[in-house]
Amino acid sequence: MRTHFIAVLATTLVTGGLVRPAPPRAAGTISGKVTYTGTPPKMKPIDMAKEPNCATAHAAAPVLTENVVPGPGNSLRWVVVYISAGDQGSTAGTGTIRLDQKGCQYIPHVLVLQPNQPLDIYNDDPHSHNIHPLAKLNPEWNRSQPAGAPPIHTKWELAEFIPVKCNIHPWMHSWQVVLTTSHYAVTAEDGTFSLSGLPPGKYTVTAWQEQFGTQSQDVTISGTETKAVDLVFKATPY
Amino acid sequence: MGKLFAVVLTIITVVSTAIFATRVWWLPTDISLHGPRIDHQLVETMVSCGVLFVVSQLSLAAFAWRYGDRRDGRPVKAFPGGATPMVVMAVVLVGAEILALTFVGAKLWAGIYQTPPDPNSLAIDVQAEQFAFYFRYPGPDGKPGATHPELMNEATENYFGLDPAHDTTARDDIVVPTLTIPVNRPILLTLRAKDVNHAFYVPELRIQQDFVPGLAIPLHFTAVQTGKFEIVCTQLCGLGHYNMRAYVEVMPQDRFDEWLKEKVAQQ
Repeated sequence: MRTHFIAVLATTLVTGGLVRPAPPRAAGTISGKVTYTGTPPKMKPIDMAKEPNCATAHAAAPVLTENVVPGPGNSLRWVVVYISAGDQGSTAGTGTIRLDQKGCQYIPHVLVLQPNQPLDIYNDDPHSHNIHPLAKLNPEWNRSQPAGAPPIHTKWELAEFIPVKCNIHPWMHSWQVVLTTSHYAVTAEDGTFSLSGLPPGKYTVTAWQEQFGTQSQDVTISGTETKAVDLVFKATPY
Repeated sequence: MGKLFAVVLTIITVVSTAIFATRVWWLPTDISLHGPRIDHQLVETMVSCGVLFVVSQLSLAAFAWRYGDRRDGRPVKAFPGGATPMVVMAVVLVGAEILALTFVGAKLWAGIYQTPPDPNSLAIDVQAEQFAFYFRYPGPDGKPGATHPELMNEATENYFGLDPAHDTTARDDIVVPTLTIPVNRPILLTLRAKDVNHAFYVPELRIQQDFVPGLAIPLHFTAVQTGKFEIVCTQLCGLGHYNMRAYVEVMPQDRFDEWLKEKVAQQ
């Protein structure tokens, strides 16, 4: 009787609720490119005369505005592509994400992280910055970070698209995108992206661009296939 | 002790007067058309105040030297009529001096700030915000686009809230963070604040004017010397006030025309 009980308990542990089953091995990929039709706005050179350190650093090649960054073949950079519905097999974000303030620019311009994922913000410039994330669902804050100050360790609890500005240098602008899914990507210079590790199922893929809004498409993944998805925004010059 | 006080007071008086008299500590070189009048008024004010300062301080030192060490408590001599006429006389004399300086100064100030600008002035809009200045030129069409506060967006460099999608006059507007102007040409600035009070101060231009939210404040001047000069905010406007500055770049007309062409091409 006792032996039988132990055998049943062991079987339950291995196959049942106490031991989490491993995710199915069959996983598909969604990859593609984000492009635009129409005429996008011009990327304007940023004059940093107010901060001589930065003006000198970029004297040879002025920094351009990054609200719309078009690339070859009408591609769009800095677009966040993610699973907005039907998400499964997502894991919590654990690695530390890094945001730099260098040459009076936020690097990267768009970063994605998950709720409670550690975020470290560095000031690499020889002068102060003031980071001001304009959060609405999460608590809004703004903090000064003088030259040589240690990094700011922070995190966000709720999913939100948060614009970030510098209170000292008005041209400094970036986005921190907090997503519950771990299936996300930020488009590269050529507009390409890839979402991998997707178990079979029906998904909605959404692309978010800070000025043009969102574009979505439904995709069904079965097995280990790679589905190609191209998302197209309508661009206007103003 | 009285003699020591007299000596220290005399030294302070002589040194502080010398600092101003020798112009060790003075305003930077004036580059504006109206500046000589301001400087002249400043010198008059400094001389009249300076003479009174020196006379009063040295008199005080002389009395301290002569009577400061007496310990018997007897008055040396009483002012005719007692303390009341002495106080009244002091108030009247000091009041008359301040009033005279105010009238002369106000006349000069009004002559510069309250006179109409030259009709051929180059009109430039100035916007102050925490913690930067931005300058807008109307572009080749000569018409500045309408501003819409709800459209202000720093990420797209739309600091003035222009609406180029619907307003064609706004499309060629030039917005820059450095005030670039031609030399010897009257300039008409219109100052607006986006958030709180700020100030536009260029010591070399002998101009200091506040920005007040909700008001469009005109300010006109002519720069007569080329160069690059600092514009600073002199109203405590928040955390980054210490870093709120811009530059005014005064250049020859032909270089200014080239600069303008270059900016138009970037639109």
